[in-house]
Amino acid sequence: MMINAIGREIPEVVEGYGPVKSFAGAFATPPGMQRQAPAVKAARPGDSKLLDGLEEVFRRIPVRDGMTLSFHHHFRNGDGVVNQVLATAARLGIKNLKVALSSVFPVHAPLVEHFKTGVVTALDTNYMSGPVAEAVSRGVLAQPVVLRTHGGRARAIECGQLKIDVAFIAAPAADPCGNINGVTGPTACGSLGYAFPDAEYADHVVAVTDHLEAYPLSPVSIPQTRVDYVVKIERIGDPKGIVSGTTRITKDPVQLKIADTAAKVIEAAGLIRDGFSFQTGAGGASLAVAHFVRQMMKKARITGSFALGGITGHLVEMLEEGLFKKIIDVQGFDLEAVRSIASNPNHLEVSAGFYASPFNAGCAVNQLDCVILGATEIDTDFNVNVVTGSDGVIMGGSGGHSDAAAGAGLTIVVANLLRGRLPIIMDKVLTATTPGETIDVLVTEWGVAVNPRRAELREQLLAAGLPVKEIGELKAIAEKMAGKPKEVPLGSRIVAVVEYRDGTVLDVVRQAK
Amino acid sequence: MKTAQAGTLESSDIMITLSPQEPGDGVKIDIDSNVLHQYGEAIQAVIASTLAEAGVKDVWVKAVDRGALDYTIKARLLTALDRARRAA
Amino acid sequence: MMAIRRSMLFIPGNHPGMLQNGGVFGADSVILDLEDAVAPTEKDAARRLVGMALKNADYGDSEKVVRINPLDCDGAVDIAAIVPCAPDAILLPKVQNAAELREAAALIASAEVAGQKPVKIIALIETPRGLANALEIAEADPRVVALAFGAEDYTAGLGAVRSKEGGEILTARALLINAAAAAGIDAIDTPFTDANDDAGLAEDAGLARRIGFKGKLAINPRQVDVIHEAFNPSEKEIDWAERVVFAIEQAQAQGSGVIAVDGKMVDAPIVNRAKRTLEMARMLGLKKEDGQ
Repeated sequence: MMINAIGREIPEVVEGYGPVKSFAGAFATPPGMQRQAPAVKAARPGDSKLLDGLEEVFRRIPVRDGMTLSFHHHFRNGDGVVNQVLATAARLGIKNLKVALSSVFPVHAPLVEHFKTGVVTALDTNYMSGPVAEAVSRGVLAQPVVLRTHGGRARAIECGQLKIDVAFIAAPAADPCGNINGVTGPTACGSLGYAFPDAEYADHVVAVTDHLEAYPLSPVSIPQTRVDYVVKIERIGDPKGIVSGTTRITKDPVQLKIADTAAKVIEAAGLIRDGFSFQTGAGGASLAVAHFVRQMMKKARITGSFALGGITGHLVEMLEEGLFKKIIDVQGFDLEAVRSIASNPNHLEVSAGFYASPFNAGCAVNQLDCVILGATEIDTDFNVNVVTGSDGVIMGGSGGHSDAAAGAGLTIVVANLLRGRLPIIMDKVLTATTPGETIDVLVTEWGVAVNPRRAELREQLLAAGLPVKEIGELKAIAEKMAGKPKEVPLGSRIVAVVEYRDGTVLDVVRQAK
Repeated sequence: MKTAQAGTLESSDIMITLSPQEPGDGVKIDIDSNVLHQYGEAIQAVIASTLAEAGVKDVWVKAVDRGALDYTIKARLLTALDRARRAA
Repeated sequence: MMAIRRSMLFIPGNHPGMLQNGGVFGADSVILDLEDAVAPTEKDAARRLVGMALKNADYGDSEKVVRINPLDCDGAVDIAAIVPCAPDAILLPKVQNAAELREAAALIASAEVAGQKPVKIIALIETPRGLANALEIAEADPRVVALAFGAEDYTAGLGAVRSKEGGEILTARALLINAAAAAGIDAIDTPFTDANDDAGLAEDAGLARRIGFKGKLAINPRQVDVIHEAFNPSEKEIDWAERVVFAIEQAQAQGSGVIAVDGKMVDAPIVNRAKRTLEMARMLGLKKEDGQ
């Protein structure tokens, strides 16, 4: 066992994962390596990439036992490609596949059966929820799942630690030569940013579409130069699960209170000024922060630089009102985001690596003034858990959480002090997913806590009259209301390894009982 | 005493159903909760002590908890008791 | 110390989630509601829950008020259950006359336990008869610390059409403010019912303050900050009040009773208002410290 820089006990070798590189600090581990290079290809005039069905794809490549198949998660809970590809693998009797799917949703439940039958024996992802996460937590796989960040996945692919044999890219629109975009067709999802590293570095790249357009398709997100095969199937996804109509702001008064306070923290930190750059999520209090920030920016008559990340209609409206000059979009959340990226030249589509990889010549999160993030648990050292629920079962993952936290000048975590009855603040989070050194402020309905590393920020917030408390005080308030929760007993087997964006190990997830 | 119910299944609430038992059967408490691991014992203790204070000896308590605080549990249990006694 | 009731926020009395979070919105008063927010079949449950919340939930610096049901709808049962749980005040709905008020006061007195801080009464005036009797209600018992106005039921009683601008309630507001002022207690304005219209609320609360209300009922936590903004003394008012108080102190030191500020005569009611403004500014932390 070794103790990493945030005090987590990690084995030196994890069976099925290999030797562990211990987390040493957010920017402490240099890359010291070369980029991965996939095989060089050639195509002749008259060659056709169009194949007749997924089985044909499997035979032509050919897909063999033990390969790594990769997928993007732009279709979220409306994805139909992963299930159809793996059903094909099962039908053809292929075993021991590794699935590298950037995020796993409830729709991917059939994976559990593939785990049990040995079709799939390894999983590499940045986020998982639903039956797959539940089954992994209970120990369905012999080999631990690798949980990465969005930037970390790009880094692992680009640097050869996640070697992809075949990338199956769900393509809302494609042409017969393999040009792809995400903005047209019945399953339009907007940006295809998370699929870019797969397309760039996989040995074989397959565009899977249900909307074939005449050559040449435009705009082009992923170019024909990287795509080996194009296959048209009946349906690649369910639009209802892909994007929502409009992402609505919460009506919950406690979440609105938290969001309002978070916006006041941003203002007190002096960030509501020309050139402001901002990232926020689509859920709960996060989106509501954008609502309050928008009002502040209007009142102060300032123009921000850019909004980043997962993009909602709310941020699109801010772009269109001139509150931001640009949107940098790695993923769209609603129809407005899709419409905007298709029509507005100031709405940029970027890759996962551009967005958040720590090992390139500079990613977008480093340019962020402020990011708003959520938390399932946070400890008194400000380490955040967004992977496991209170019962120890996996219900999420870092996604871009640790990437944006590391990059942004001001990282604010917004969370209800009590989640149901459970206090959000612990002595030690069950699973550490984002190191406390990258979190600056915790905003709850009962007050605001500032990381002791940011003494000057604490003074700014106090001067603005914000309800600043020690994180320990907030913890005491929560426990006075709810009582101290009993610790959840966990098994000893490691079911997942939580990698930081630089590939070092932050923590491990043990089997849930 | 008759069977009675109080509370709801909304977040932070608890639904309690009381059913009278034969004399000598004692107190039986069944708890379903989304925080059973962390607070199951605490919920059990509040229900048991509230019943003891109220002098109730033979009853089956079924509690479906959605993260209620101790005082909410107590209020819902007392309401169920009021209703059980009123119905008798 | 004077009581500040800029905002009085209703919290539904049978809603555990709202009751446990009622303290986070910074309202000057929270009103745990047993009346309109609770279904008739759940009155018993809400009574138990609100009693427990009074004893256990953290409402911070907020005044703890309980709106009970009218006396002819089990209001006496509410008083008997709630008063021993030590609320700061009871909000008595649909008060029609002084006799009703005195009846409630007597019930409260007999429900109080030894050593308990006396429970105040805020009378909610929401009928034409109640408004006609506002002054006698305000003066019916020393427990009465404020009159609050409920415009929805009142306009229904008139047969008037309720509007956002509120022309139909201007007279009622003025009469209620006058009765409260005559009795030396606070007048609290009716809630603004569109919780999504912040601008409309700001305008309505601004008007309420200008015509003499000391605060406003709130039906949604989001309204609290907007209401506070409207009822906080402005920098200009604080500055004026400081000059008035300074002038009167100087005049007293020189043995003169007559003073003028900004060329206007200043007499006792104006001095009192200035003092109240300064006291409020001090309590709310709005007053600039000397030398800053």
